[in-house]
Amino acid sequence: MAKVSCRKAICSRILELAREDPRIYAVCTDSRGSVTIGDMARELPDQFVEAGIAEQNAVAVAAGLALTGKKVFACGPACFLAARAYEQVKVDVAYNATDVKIIGVSAGVSYGPLGCTHTSLHDFASMRSLPNIEVIAPADAVQARAVADYLVSHKGPSYVRMGRGDVEAVYREDETFEMGKAKTVREGTDVTLIACGEMVWYAAQAASLLAREGVSARVLDLFFLKPADTEAILRAARETGAIVTVEEHSVNGGLGELVSRTVCEGCPVPVRVLGFPDEEYLVGKSADLFRHYGLTAEHIAAAAREVLARKAAMRS
Amino acid sequence: MDGKALKQTAYQRRLEVLEMVHRTGSGHIGGDMSCMDALVTLYYEVMDTEKMRAGAPDADRFILSKGHCAEALYTVLADRGFFPKEQLETYAQFGTKLAEHPTHGLPGVDLATGALGHGFPAACGMALGLLRDRNPAHVYTLMGDGEQAEGSVWEAVMFAAKYGLDNLTAIVDRNHLQISGTTEEVMPLGDLGARYAAFGWNVIGCSGHDYEAMRRAFLTRVPGKPTAVILDTVKGKGSPLMENKAEWHHLIPDNAQYEAIRADLLRAAEEG
Repeated sequence: MAKVSCRKAICSRILELAREDPRIYAVCTDSRGSVTIGDMARELPDQFVEAGIAEQNAVAVAAGLALTGKKVFACGPACFLAARAYEQVKVDVAYNATDVKIIGVSAGVSYGPLGCTHTSLHDFASMRSLPNIEVIAPADAVQARAVADYLVSHKGPSYVRMGRGDVEAVYREDETFEMGKAKTVREGTDVTLIACGEMVWYAAQAASLLAREGVSARVLDLFFLKPADTEAILRAARETGAIVTVEEHSVNGGLGELVSRTVCEGCPVPVRVLGFPDEEYLVGKSADLFRHYGLTAEHIAAAAREVLARKAAMRS
Repeated sequence: MDGKALKQTAYQRRLEVLEMVHRTGSGHIGGDMSCMDALVTLYYEVMDTEKMRAGAPDADRFILSKGHCAEALYTVLADRGFFPKEQLETYAQFGTKLAEHPTHGLPGVDLATGALGHGFPAACGMALGLLRDRNPAHVYTLMGDGEQAEGSVWEAVMFAAKYGLDNLTAIVDRNHLQISGTTEEVMPLGDLGARYAAFGWNVIGCSGHDYEAMRRAFLTRVPGKPTAVILDTVKGKGSPLMENKAEWHHLIPDNAQYEAIRADLLRAAEEG
């Protein structure tokens, strides 16, 4: 399957659904190109709102539209929606439980050399700590399309974060997903690799590397960070006894901490958290940054060997 | 209602606010008093509260962008039957729906507010949604003048003009005082009406204690333009003890002050 970006996948599906449902609105922040929702602006101008470079207003306007019965997608770069407009997301969307879906694109480090202003490696942490709002990070275009369908059927706040570039396909075109549940990408019994977003593909590659060494690695796609499928996490802990988490996010407050807490409280096993360290990041393209900060398939496989050794040491 | 009845109503509400603030030690009494006459005009003379209570799709909408004056709104909502008056006694108490800032889920409150510069932009979104639905409802929002320093206010000012939100009236309680002093000391607003006009708004200035002038202003519509009503108001209106004193932004009256303010408000309520 050809590589497609999650933003294109989700926005083309939103447009398809909006043709059938006039309540579906998109609000943009001079970001229709970046979001890839320009087709909707042209085809359905009465369902499109251009707020200009004013993220705070865009999110508050989205909440106001939702209060008149619209299903509103507030779209823009994740770095701005999840930081500059954070108070609007907190108050106008999350606490007020308005039917607004924040579509944060070009997240993580996917803006590459644009530098620190354009990273969003904090958004899982900030969004997860708000009430009412779901936090979703699709792994590929197939899952992103399925998420779009879900968002239209679901009433309430959601934050969806995705990268910028075309991503490798993790799933077959006809794959189905249970929303709010972890997706098992690969079964395994020795160790579990839990990832979200683009890191799911890298985790699957790592599992292939480990298989060559005779290690059976389960791969879980925790595309819903909130509500999180704690049952799947605990089942992984019980059944495989060792876990590696991988995320394109700071190690503070994201997937790794979510899994660690769940495991600590429910079934303590060795866990290794892979993500971006608590420091200023170097500038570079995603692939170079992943390599530098230890987020490649090889790094994930190495982390799996480490937790397997810890698991063995605990049992000996 | 005639002017005398409106004044009596507004001063009865002020007395209720005084009771709530004094009893609980919570609230922003200065701004409550300055915006009370505007709230009474809206809820007794301008908006169809029966429709609002029933949640009719074409009911007018109101968002209190200056959310810290929640207790003023609560007394008006209770008196207009949005919830029982007894509920005012839960104000600021554990588990209440009547927080010091409006909380969504309370009848009559569509949007929780309190962080300044939020209610107005959300009101713009509401107005746009209604306008595109060709819904005849009108959206009102009430801001403070200190709130005008929020950047998001000016994002919304541009937005409302761009989309020609002629079903939106943004009211500014221009009492010239905020928590640290005068607005001109803290962040000068100068000719605020001229600023809105420069952004393409229809602008009306009038006294925020003149019911008939406000009624006319709130019912003014200019096709293709949002309307700003800049109300000239007195912070702490109703008792000389508080009037035009910045510290009464959120001072809690002691027992002697409470008695003095109460006597002033009672006198005004009886005079009508």
